[in-house]
Parts: sequence; structure tokens; C-alpha cells
Amino acid sequence: MSYVDKSIEEIHSALKEGKITSRELIEESLQKSKEIQKKCNAFVTIIEDAKEKEVTDHLLSGIPFGIKDNYSTKGILSTGSSNTLKDYVPFFTATSIENLEKVGAIAVNKTVLDEFGMGATGTTGHTGIVKNPWDKTRMCAGSSAGSAAAVAAGVYPYATGSDTGDSIRKPAAYCGIVGYKPTYGLISRYGLFPFASSLDHCGALTRSVKDAAIVVDAMKGIDPKDMTSYDSKDMHLKEALTGNVKGKKLCYIKEICDKKMYPNANKELKEHLENFEKVLENAKKIGMEVEEVSIDKELLKASASAYVVISCAEATSNMSNLTGIVFGPRAQGKSYIEMMKNYRTEGFSPLIKRRFIIGSYVLQKENIDRYFKNAQKVRRMLVDAWKDLFKKYDAVILPVGSGPAKLLDGSLDILDENTVILEEHLQIGNFGGFPSITIPDGFVDSLPVGLNITGNCYDDENVLNIAYALENTMEYKNQIAKEVNNG
Amino acid sequence: MGKYKAMIGLEMHCQISTTNTKVFSNAKNAYNEIPNTNIKPLDMAFPGTLPTVNKEAVKKSLMASLILNCKQPEYLYFERKNYYYPDLPKGYQITQQTSPAPIGVGGSITFEVNGEEKKVRIDNIHLEEDAASTDHYSSYSTIDYNRAGVPLLELVTYPDLHSAEEAVAFLETMRSIYRYTGISEADSKKGQIRCDVNVSIIDENLDETKEENWGTKIEIKNVNSFGAVKDTILYEIDRQIRKKEDGTYDKMKQETRRWDEESETTIFMRSKVDEIDYKYFVEPNIPKIKLSKDWIESIRKEIPALAKERKEKYQNEYHLSVVDANILVKEKEISDYFDETIKEGTNPKTASNWITSTILGYLNKNDIEIKELFLTPKMLTKLIKKVEDKTISSKQGKEVLYKSLEEKEDPITIIEKLGLKQIGNEEEILVFVKEVLEEHLDMIEKYKNGRTNVIDFFVGQIMKKTKGKANPAMTMNLIKQEIEKR
Repeated sequence: MSYVDKSIEEIHSALKEGKITSRELIEESLQKSKEIQKKCNAFVTIIEDAKEKEVTDHLLSGIPFGIKDNYSTKGILSTGSSNTLKDYVPFFTATSIENLEKVGAIAVNKTVLDEFGMGATGTTGHTGIVKNPWDKTRMCAGSSAGSAAAVAAGVYPYATGSDTGDSIRKPAAYCGIVGYKPTYGLISRYGLFPFASSLDHCGALTRSVKDAAIVVDAMKGIDPKDMTSYDSKDMHLKEALTGNVKGKKLCYIKEICDKKMYPNANKELKEHLENFEKVLENAKKIGMEVEEVSIDKELLKASASAYVVISCAEATSNMSNLTGIVFGPRAQGKSYIEMMKNYRTEGFSPLIKRRFIIGSYVLQKENIDRYFKNAQKVRRMLVDAWKDLFKKYDAVILPVGSGPAKLLDGSLDILDENTVILEEHLQIGNFGGFPSITIPDGFVDSLPVGLNITGNCYDDENVLNIAYALENTMEYKNQIAKEVNNG
Repeated sequence: MGKYKAMIGLEMHCQISTTNTKVFSNAKNAYNEIPNTNIKPLDMAFPGTLPTVNKEAVKKSLMASLILNCKQPEYLYFERKNYYYPDLPKGYQITQQTSPAPIGVGGSITFEVNGEEKKVRIDNIHLEEDAASTDHYSSYSTIDYNRAGVPLLELVTYPDLHSAEEAVAFLETMRSIYRYTGISEADSKKGQIRCDVNVSIIDENLDETKEENWGTKIEIKNVNSFGAVKDTILYEIDRQIRKKEDGTYDKMKQETRRWDEESETTIFMRSKVDEIDYKYFVEPNIPKIKLSKDWIESIRKEIPALAKERKEKYQNEYHLSVVDANILVKEKEISDYFDETIKEGTNPKTASNWITSTILGYLNKNDIEIKELFLTPKMLTKLIKKVEDKTISSKQGKEVLYKSLEEKEDPITIIEKLGLKQIGNEEEILVFVKEVLEEHLDMIEKYKNGRTNVIDFFVGQIMKKTKGKANPAMTMNLIKQEIEKR
């Protein structure tokens, strides 16, 4: 009988009833970590000496979890999946992790990400590519690849993630689990290695909406170390999950998910969109109103470019501290400039260097108006458009991506300009700092696909409750990856 | 200079040395000789650290902004200035560019040069963080992060200054303001003040208010004392005039130079073409902060009377001389001491005399500061009262004062201990007068024959007998009266 692949409440009951101990849970989780490490390469570090904790009335007490390796953890290697920090052992712990540890949660591993969160494939970490537990020829998406793979494989009920564009919500969809990025500032970013500060969010990957609520309830809270955090003591996510959504109004955006927009759609995309339509019917059945809305396609298309410009600009500045002088493996060189150059040239992967160049370029005096300032305008316009929707609707509901997890060799990628919007629309949740959750909504070719629900800032309770109600209309809650292809 | 006039602009950096913590981290803000002792993770840019704004530093910056008659922004923003240097661990400095809006824009301030009032316009004043300090040795360099993140105020003037003397006078005025307001100790020895100087020259007959008439701007960085500011400006004006004279001025391009202490020259650093692109953008980790009008007004009310205002009061109300007024306002602590002494009830002129001569003399001689002085304004006032009511003589008063400072004892206690009470009782003195007159009958004769200066002899004799305690004026009168009687 295994327990770590159950829901948090189930595990908690088992602990309380003495069916299992915290120690046994840790052993089970460490054992599974090793199996999944072999299969999927999901971890940078497995914390072999993880210590059991007292089981209290807190649902998370005594239960193991995983931490994305871009969270600073005191005394535990924290690499950001980058060679530049391959030996970095921090002396302080991220606030949100401290919050979890305070209630008795036990970290058992650090999960692989795309280097510093900059990637959407889970293939650019310094320890190698992360494979999808459903199908090893496919990716988990990124950047929270290791967390998604581990939670989907049942290593533990939850892992932390971070989300700058879709880094929690896309991997969750590809791995058939739940990924929740709350409102910007709900969870302190102190101790999260920054990618693009104005877009970075902490969040959680779980196997059910309720688990996501429980975990984020524990992670959140105002932090004097993060000026962008806010006081949410009156927000109780788990308690908000009533399942009653009568009269709630959802909208979907025609330009993004109407089949007619994709005349050349392949089989996967078609099934994905049809599946989504079915879920909309479920929504109506449980008392929600669902309406189609339209947003200027040109504006939607500009989103991805705006995202690249803003995120790369902030990233190039945020990562200027990585010089190898104060921390990290110091490089050789005749002068400090040479030392920094060698360190950065050797340490960063080509993808990141390309993003740094883009980031520098768009901030240069002669380019800043044309690129950076315009990107900010696009961001503002998109956020305004979504805020307009939230005046009338409780949430926007959309399919995630253009189908199930993509092949690692990229052979079946659709090179359709139109699907760019479908692939990238989750960024708008980061532009606005909106609460946004992905839940599994079906299968295409025996592989999981997901949908996303995004609501207005600070309306997390409402968004989670809608997700919870919809989740209950389907049968994917608490699902564990069933390997359909082992490569 | 003759045919030319100089146009000088200053960028004055002054550390806010009086906040408890640094501007964006909670490390201690203190000058410390031991390197790398005042540091928190943010100061070394460890991954995942975030800046938090020090409200006290913002308040002090707003006070400076108000004093400089600048406009304060509705919202406070910070921006990143991106560049690589080992003293800048984050790879960017959090500062305020002119857009969206720094802590103060478009002000002006007047200052005095040789009794003449001048005005300089302020382009802006902004709050930023200091970099770490580095020391370079032959084969290695060291970095001290104590300074990294210390709040720094940078004020930028228009090129309204016309000579080294004016520039230094302006800087001295600013230093005085920073000290009076408690914004900074403003000690250049501790590296708390650093300047960049812009110098250009223009033909004497041209209108300097028209920008097209301006000469080529040369910026000199790294000028870290007022003496160096003076030397830099004198050198640079001379260098530029020579270029005019030998016909190479027009070929001169806008450039950045640095002041070299050793050679006492300015040295080329980079031309305008090689200017660093700092890629400014708004710091995303600090949300925009609303600066309420109420808060700004309450800060305005907290601005203490500054040197200029006090000097005017000392001259106009207290009728002190310019020299004395200048001495008293040079340091706020001294001025405060003076004001306090007056509040205790001492007459301003008397207080000024005691402070400017005796007390400041003592401070200078012993190289200590007035705040270290044992004698409080209250004690001083009581001592002065003793002299004024003729309990002791003024000579005794000074002696008591020194003794009080040396032995750290209340002057009144000293007076009592030493039995220094002046004999101010006529009957008591009269006993001594009669005694002395009896002893020197011949001298009385001399007095009566017109040798009136004999009276001093009698006074001297009485002082001898009373160990100087007899009230001199009273003694003199009594001697005269007694002689007349005989």
C-alpha cells in the first residue's frame, strides 16, 4: 500500500490514524524519487537525510514535498538548474518554503527546471532533459518540469513551482495534473531566483484543486522582505471550495479556441479543442453561464513578442549578479572583466545567452522606445482587455496549448502561426498578475491535456472554486501518470 | 580669465549617514573601519534577495528636496542602472532617473560668496544606493561591501556656477544643510561626499542663458574633497582657455575626465561616443509608492532652522557681528548650544562672547566637539549669572569654566568647593579697607596730593588679603569713601 500518491487529506488521515508514519512516508517518497530519477531525470538533488516531523492538525504536517531548484534552500544545493550555480549552497531559505516547513512539511528533493526558469521544454537544465512520465519520448514542458513529472508520477502530493510565462500551468497540463499560480504578491518571492521580476510568481503543482488550495494557503502571506507581497490573511482558499458555482459566468475567447480559427489543424489539435468544448458543456450543466467573447487578434498575436521583450529585458538585468565573484564557481582570468566573461560564457547555456542579447538589445537607448516601451504598452492593453472581461465574467476559460505533450525530438511540432496564441496565451495571466489554474480536462492519444481558468487579481477563491467544481465533473482528480510509452 | 567666463555644474553625492539601516537592505548603515561587517544577503546580491525601501531614507531625501525648493513626485519610483563593475554586486544600481520622476525636480537655492548672494538652479535630486568600495593592490584587489547599499543622495545643478570659489561655497552651503537637517554627517574624510564636476568656458561677451552659446562640456569624475573640487575647476578652466588660445578648442569633443590627485591634473577617461548605455528601466521589485501630501507637509514642518536663517536672526535680533554670527552657525551643534544658552536666560551678546572665545577656544585646543563638552548650556548660564551678579569675577568665571571642563564637575559645585565666593558684602570689605589704609597712611597722603592712581595700589593690597575674592568695583568705591572721610 503506498500513500504518497494519495491526496493530502487522505495522507493526513492515514498519519492521524497511525496507518503510516511521517518517517515511512519519507522513505516511500525517497524510494519513488530514485525510481523517477532513473525514468525521467526529474531531480537535481534527492534529500536523502530528510527528517520526519511531528504530525499536527495541519494538513501538511509530516508529509513530503518537492521544491523546484530555483528556490533558495538553506544548506541544500540550489542550482536554478544552471552550471553557474552548480555548487551553490545558500545560507537562507525562501520565505514560501519556510512557511511550508513551519507547518511541518518535509522537503525530499529539489526538482529540475529549465535553466533559471527560462524555457518551456524542461530540456535546458544543467543536469539534462526531463522526460514525461506518461511517455518518455515526450517533454514535460517547462520550466517546472521536474516538479510536474514528480507530482504526476506520485512521488509526493505536491511540489512548488514558479511561473513567469506559463511555467507551472503548461507542465501541469502536459503531465495531467493541477498547476496553480495565484495572484501576484500572494506568495512572497523572497528566495526565488528571479527570471523576470514583474512576471515571476510562486505557485504549486498538485493532483487536485483542493490540494493546490491547501498548499498555497500555507505558502502565502505578506512578507516584509518582499515589497510586492500583500496581506491575504482574510483569504482562505480551501474553505472557499464549496463546489457551488451556480450563476458564475465564464467566457472563452473565440480567436484562441474556436476550431474555425485553425483550418489546417492536425488531429491532436482538433481533438483537444473538441474535448474542451465538451468541458464547457459540463460547466453549463453545473449552473455556470458560458459565453464566447472576441478580442482583437492582432493584440493577441502581439502578446508573445511583448513577453519575450519584457522577460528578456528583466532577465538580463536580474542575472547580472551571476559573475562568479561573490558566489558560484569563480572563473579564471587576467582581469575581473575576463573572469566575469569566462564564468558567464562557460556557465550559461546558448538559449539563455540568446535571451540576454535580446534583453540588452531592447533596452538600449536607441531601441528602448521601439521595443521595451511598446512591449509594455501591449502588456497594458492586454491586461486592460482581460480586466474588461472580468467586469462581466468571473473567469476566462481556455484550453492549454495545442494538444498533449510534445515530442522531445520536435518532429511533430506544428509550425502554424495561428497556434502561437493558443500556445502562449497563459502569459497574459503573468502580465496582469491574475490568479490562474490549469486542471486536466481529458486525453488526446492516451496523453493528458488541460484547460486553464484565469480570474481577476485577488479573486483566487472564486477561481479555485470554479476549477474545483469543474474538476468534479471529470474523472482526472488525483490521477497518477500511467506510462503509455517508455521510449 | 579675462576674455572668458566659466560655466560650472556639479553633481554632488552625499551619503545619508544617519539612517539605522541601508536604503534597500536591513544591514546597518554605519561607517566601519572593519571591512565586510555591515552586510546582508542583498548587499552581495545573493540570488533571490529583494530590495525593500527604507522609509527614513525617503523621508530625509524628501526633506532635502523641500529645502532645495524642488517639486516632489506624486509617486515614488526607482530604476535600475545596469552596468558591470566589481563594486556593484547586483550588476545594477537602484537609482532614480529623471523619468518617471526622482525625489526632487527643478529647484534652486541661494548661497553666499564673500557676502554676495548667489543662486544656483537644481536640475534634480535623487535617492540611490552606494556601491561597494574597492582597493586595488599590485596583484589583487579587495572589495568592502559595508558601503554597498548605503543611501546616497545625488543632486545635479545647472551650470550656474562661475568660479571654483562659487562652487566650493555652494558645496559648503549644501554640507551645512545636510548637517543641520541631520541628513548626513557629510564627512568627506569618510567618503561621504563625492563630486563630479562639469566645466565649460564661454566668451565673456556671450549670453550664457542661450544654450547655443555654451562651450563643450567636460565632465570630471571622482572629485572627492572640496579642495580637489577647487583644484579641478582651476586646472580645467586653465586647460580649456589654453585650448582656446592655441586654436584647438573647437576640435575638442565632449568627454569625461577624472581628477588625478597625484599629478594634480585631469586625465582623459572616455569620449561621448564611448558613453555607457545604462539601459534604465523601472525596478520591478519595488511597487510605486504614493507620497502623500500630508506626509510631505509634516516633513516640511520638521525642517530645523538652517544656518542662513539663524545667522540672520543672530545679526538682526541679537545684534551680533557678522564674524560672530558666522562662527556660531558654522556647526549646528554650536548654534544649538548657543540657542539653548539663550533659552536658559543668558543675554545673547554675553553668550556669544563666552562661546566664541572661551568655549570654542577650548574645543579647538583639545580637538573635541561641542557634543562631547561636559558643560551644558544650563551650567554655562548659571556660571554666567555668578559673574553677572558679581558673586565671582569674570576672571574667576573663566577659571571655573576650565576647571569644570577638565574635572567634569558642575561649575557651581566648584565655586562652592573652592570658596570662590566673591566678597560682595560692604561691611566685610570695609574691614579689609580700613586695615589696609591703616597700614599705609603715607599712601593716603600721596592720594590727597593728587596721585589718584594710588587707589590701584590699595585695591591690589585688598585683593592680596582676600585672595582676589573682594568685588573690585565695590572695593574701589569703599576705598575712595574711606579716604575722603580721613
